[in-house]
Amino acid sequence: MTKKKNGTGNKTGAAMKTILSGNEAVARGCYEYGIHVATAYPGTPSTEILENAARYPEIYCEWSPNEKVAFEVAMGATFEGARTLVAMKHVGLNVAADPFMSMSLIGAPGGFIVVSADDPGMHSSQNEQDNRYYAKFAGYPCLEPSDSQEAKDFVGVGLDISVDYDVPVLLRMTTRVCHSKTAVKLGKRRETQVKGFQRDPQKFVVLPSHGRIRHPWAVERLRKLAALSENTPMNRVEKGSSQIGIITHGVTYQYVKEVMPDASIFKLGMSYPLPVGKIKAFADSVDRLFVVEELEPFIEEQIKAAGIACEGKIFWSNLGELNPERVEQGLVEAGVLRQEAKKQTAPSEKVIPRPPIFCPGCPHRGLYYALRKLKARVTTDIGCYTLGVLPPLESGDTCVEMGASIGVAVGMAKARGNGKGIVATIGDSTFLHSGMTGLLNAVNDKAGITVVIADNRITAMTGGQHHPGTGESLMGPGGFKADLAKICQALGAVRIKVVDPYRLQETLDTLKQEMENDELSVIITNRPCALFPPENRKRVRMKPFQVDLEKCIGCHTCLRVSCPAISESHETTEKGLTKSHIDPVLCTGCSVCAQVCPVQAIIPTE
Amino acid sequence: MKQTKNILIVGVGGQGVLLASELLSAVAVEAGLDAKKSEVHGMAQRGGVVSSHVRIGEKVYSPLIPKGEADVILAFEEAEALRWSFFLKPKGTMVVNQYKLVPPIASMKGFDYPQDPVKSIQTKIDRTVLVDAEQIARELGNIRLVNTILLGVVSRFLDIDEAVWKKVIRERVPKGTETLNIEAFSRGRRIS
Ligand SMILES: Cc1ncc(C[n+]2csc(CCOP(=O)(O)OP(=O)(O)O)c2C)c(N)n1
Repeated sequence: MTKKKNGTGNKTGAAMKTILSGNEAVARGCYEYGIHVATAYPGTPSTEILENAARYPEIYCEWSPNEKVAFEVAMGATFEGARTLVAMKHVGLNVAADPFMSMSLIGAPGGFIVVSADDPGMHSSQNEQDNRYYAKFAGYPCLEPSDSQEAKDFVGVGLDISVDYDVPVLLRMTTRVCHSKTAVKLGKRRETQVKGFQRDPQKFVVLPSHGRIRHPWAVERLRKLAALSENTPMNRVEKGSSQIGIITHGVTYQYVKEVMPDASIFKLGMSYPLPVGKIKAFADSVDRLFVVEELEPFIEEQIKAAGIACEGKIFWSNLGELNPERVEQGLVEAGVLRQEAKKQTAPSEKVIPRPPIFCPGCPHRGLYYALRKLKARVTTDIGCYTLGVLPPLESGDTCVEMGASIGVAVGMAKARGNGKGIVATIGDSTFLHSGMTGLLNAVNDKAGITVVIADNRITAMTGGQHHPGTGESLMGPGGFKADLAKICQALGAVRIKVVDPYRLQETLDTLKQEMENDELSVIITNRPCALFPPENRKRVRMKPFQVDLEKCIGCHTCLRVSCPAISESHETTEKGLTKSHIDPVLCTGCSVCAQVCPVQAIIPTE
Repeated sequence: MKQTKNILIVGVGGQGVLLASELLSAVAVEAGLDAKKSEVHGMAQRGGVVSSHVRIGEKVYSPLIPKGEADVILAFEEAEALRWSFFLKPKGTMVVNQYKLVPPIASMKGFDYPQDPVKSIQTKIDRTVLVDAEQIARELGNIRLVNTILLGVVSRFLDIDEAVWKKVIRERVPKGTETLNIEAFSRGRRIS
C-alpha cells in the first residue's frame, strides 16, 4: 500500500460523524492522538489497523517481519519519547511475550499502546486464548472497547495513562469489535513532541541489580493504577433495577443492553486492574450479581477472590464467541428471564459447506498435488498453504504455530533416525517471520529433511501485505527484496533448488529426488500469488483453458486438483459419467489441470 | 424508524455482499439514524460463505442480529438463502437473487448442492421476492449493476427516503456510472 494523502474519513476533521470498523477507528485514534510510530505484523482480525494508519503521512508505519520485532521497534520509539502503537493478533503476543514482559520494569516514557486482537470463536485462528491474562501477567492496564467510538477514544485515554503512569497499555480488542462498523465522531490531530531519550541505565538496562530496584516500583505503579480504575469514567454504572446487577465488558456489553436493558449494568472499559471497591458497592446495591464475560472467567475470578459473591461461567461457558442469544439463554437458565414462546421461524437447514480452497491459479496447488502423489510426511506451517491439508489434496500432517514446520520436521527425523520423506513446507512470509532460525538449526543438526519454501512473494492469507522479501513496504515502493535462496545459503544449506510449481513434472521430480536422499535440502517455489502478485497487485490472468467435451472421459482427475474454476458439466459420457467444465471467467490459465488430465482433454481457449 | 430494522445480507465470497452492506449502512447514517454493521472477514476471499449483519434504528446496541430477528434477508445466491433462512423473523421478507454458485466440493461424495433451493425457500417462507438481477443487469448493459439492483429491491422494505438512497449511490459508485446505477436502483425498487 502506498501512502495516500487522506486517511479514514475526513482528515481535517470538524466534529463529523461517520461509520468505521473498530480497526479503522484505532487507526483514526492513532492520527488524532498524535501517534508518531505504529508497527505490526499482519494477522486477522488486527490487520486493518496498520493498513489504515499508513494512510496518514504524519505516522511512520511498518510491517515488521514478526511481532517480536514489531514490538521492539515500537518499544525503541517510545524510549525515544514518541507516542507509539504496536498491533497484532492474539497469538502474535505469544511471539512478542519476551519484550512485553520485560518492559514492565522499564515503563513507556513516550506513551505506548499494545493492541491485542483476540479471536473468540476462532473465526480465523488456531486457538481462542484470552489475552487479558497478559495484562495481569505483566501488570499493565487492560482497556476493552465495546464499539468503534470507544476503540478510538481508548487510544487517547490509553496514551494519557501510559504517559502519566509510565506503563505500556494493553488495548484488548476482539474480532467482533475489530470488524463491526459503528458510528464515530471524528476530531482533529493533537500534535505532541518527541521528547528524546533520557539516559537512565537503572531504568533502561535490565540487570538483576536494577530489576530488584524496579520491581517494587512496578508494584507501586499497579497500586496507583488500581486507584485510577476506581475513578475512570471508562468503568461506569448504569443504574437500573435493584434486583439484577450485571458486570460486563467489551462487545458483550452491547448484547447485555440488547437482552436486558432494565438491569443495573456495570460496564468495565478498564478490566485490569479491576475497580474492586466500586464493584463491591455495586454488588451491595443489587440482589443478585452476574458477570457476563466472553471467554475466560478473568473478571469473575478476581471478583470472587475479593470475596464478592457472583455468578458467571456456570451460565456462559468459556467456549467460543458470545452473542445476544447466548446471553439471553444464560439469563433464562439463571431464572432471570423467561423463555420466550418459540417463534415461528424457519428451521435451520444443513446446506452444502463452502470450505475455503486455493484460488484459481494459486501456486500452492501444484506443490500440494505433488506432495500428495509422493505420499510425503508433511509438517506444514501457517498460511494459505495450510489449506492443502483439506480434501481432496489432503497433504499436511502437522501445523502448530508460525515457524514450527522446520523444527517439527527435524524432531521427527531425529526420533526416526533419518529425514527421508519428511518435508517441511513454509510460506515466504512465515519463513522470514520465524523459519530462518529453524533452518539454521536443521543445518547444524545435519537433519536430512526437505524444506520447501512456498514463495508466492506476499503475505497472502491475511490479505496481501508486504514483507522484507517483496520490495515494497507500508511506506510505499523502494523496500528491500530479500533473496531467499541467498538467505538459505548463508544459513548453511547446500542443496538449494528453485522450481516452478505450475510445472507439475518438474516439481514432482525435484521433490522426489530430494525426499529420497538423506541430506538437508531446500526447494523454493517461485510463482507469485495469483490474487495479490506483488508486482502490480492485479489478479494473474493468462489465457484460460477449456474442456474438449469430445475427449473428456469423465474421470474427474481434474476435479481433484481442487480448483474453484472446475466443476461438473451437464454433459455425460456414454457410461453416464459427468464431464468437466471450466469457468472461463475464473480460470487464470495456470494449466495444472491440463497437466493432470490423462487424455489431454483440457486445452487452451483460442 | 421507531423500531430497529435488521437486514442480513448473505452470499459467497467475491459476490459483493460486503459492498452492499457498506452502502446500506451509509444510507442509514445519511438518513440521520444509528447503524451498526458486522461481518467476519478472513476466509471470505477464498470462496467461503459470507454474511453481513446490518442493524438500523434510533439507537442500536448489539452489532449482531439475534437469530430469528431479521426483518429482511438479502441473499445473493440461492443455496445461501436456504442456509440463512432460520435468521428470518416469522413475518420477514426473503429477497433471493436467482443465481446458483455450486462449490467445487459438490463433486465429492456426500456433498450435494440443494435440488431446488428456491422451491424449498418458498415452501418455508411466505414472503419471498425473487429477482433475476443478472438478467436485469444485462438488459442495462453492465453486469456490475447486480449489487445496486438488489439494494433497490431491499429499499422498499425500509422506511428511508428514496432521495437519500439516490444521494448515497451517486456519491459512492464509480465516476461515470452514476446515471446507470440510479436506473438500476429504480429497476430494483419497482420489483415486488
Ligand atoms: C504469530 C502469528 N502471527 C500472525 C498470524 C496470522 N497469519 C496467518 S497466515 C500468515 C501469513 C502467511 O504468509 P505466508 O507464509 O507467506 O503464506 P501465504 O499465505 O502467502 O501462502 C499470517 C501472518 C498467525 N497465525 N500467527
